[in-house]
Amino acid sequence: METHARKLLTIITEAAIERALVADARRFGAHGYTVLDVRGGGMTGEREGAWEADRSIEMQIVCAADVAERIAAHVLAQYAPNYAVALYLSDVSVFRAQKY
Amino acid sequence: MSLDPVILFFALGVLARLAKSDLRLPEALYETLSIYLLVAIGLKGGAQLAVQPLATLWPVALAAIAISAAVPLVLFPVLRTFVRLGTADAASIAAHYGSVSVVTFAVAQSALTRAGIEPDAYLAMLVALMEAPGIVVGVLLARRGLAREGAGTRPGGAAPEGWGALLHEVVLGKAIVLLLGGIAIGWASGPKGLAPLDPLFVGLFKGVLALFLLELGLVAGGRVQDLRRAGPRLLAFGLIAPLLLAIAGGAIGMLLGLSVAGVATLATLTASASYIAAPTAMRIAVPQANPSLSIGVALGVTFPFNVLVGIPIYVAAARALGGG
Repeated sequence: METHARKLLTIITEAAIERALVADARRFGAHGYTVLDVRGGGMTGEREGAWEADRSIEMQIVCAADVAERIAAHVLAQYAPNYAVALYLSDVSVFRAQKY
Repeated sequence: MSLDPVILFFALGVLARLAKSDLRLPEALYETLSIYLLVAIGLKGGAQLAVQPLATLWPVALAAIAISAAVPLVLFPVLRTFVRLGTADAASIAAHYGSVSVVTFAVAQSALTRAGIEPDAYLAMLVALMEAPGIVVGVLLARRGLAREGAGTRPGGAAPEGWGALLHEVVLGKAIVLLLGGIAIGWASGPKGLAPLDPLFVGLFKGVLALFLLELGLVAGGRVQDLRRAGPRLLAFGLIAPLLLAIAGGAIGMLLGLSVAGVATLATLTASASYIAAPTAMRIAVPQANPSLSIGVALGVTFPFNVLVGIPIYVAAARALGGG
């Protein structure tokens, strides 16, 4: 079966900016996204997600490399200075090229 | 008088957390309990409003909005100079105190009932009215101060969303929607219409409040770490501010000629700090502010102080001074 190379951009951050992130992802050309509720910790402490302002999300976006880079650059410039942000890129293969 | 069991549940939560127990309420349950409390408080207030003339409530409603807006204006300079915080943190904490805590309100109602004083119906409405103005003023303070310092133009310094999105977040947040929605439904149905719902929303109220306070105790106990970092000045602020705010709120209540329950509740609401609406809104509006400071002081210091020490004082003082 034929596959196509795409990027998986994973953004782990505070739930407070989920809505803004979704709008950004769409604006920079992502066709879709998946959001998971997660919890964890980093250099500045733990985020346990026990209540509203303490919630964290993991947003996964499968998209073309240039779209992933544009979104990542925006997230790093706009949110990373003030919000808890973990961000990484991985290579994935998709079956339907037009979907991503 | 024996201790109110709901307070003991809060203490249990704090102790369990400090002892590193694995006790943890599922997030979905926390969400469910908080929705339940907001709806129950709204319905109860609305049902009783149906049998009371609305027109007489304008002065207290306007006073409540004015108090919520004024509190951040008063606290902001105190936090800047006395606590020595930066603009963003001072404005964020000021906004938390301008807004109100629904659970602190519920504990005050419970304390009044235990003292044999029936809380007035309109008091639930004050919670809804006092939720948003303080947050809006806090955001204004932060944006004005940061613009002056030039931080708004720094990359990453700007908030991700404009005023439209922010107002949407604040005014249509779950706390206000459920409180006002509950009041409207209660008002439209009246006490008789609501009677079939009473077993759930009236009968179970104290039990649900107890579980919710257990959860808040767990969260508050987890903020102790933040407080160590925040330092003694913020700790002192978290203990002194509610007392002074309560005196101001109670005095305004007396001037308005409110009942004993009204004076005690307005004092409690003025003294309380939000931890549902304000943290999320401030996170979006003023990202430069360190949330562990505002939540640490609001939920780790002022909330336990109000629940354990403050409310009994406010209720006793309102009784002694006699209200209207």
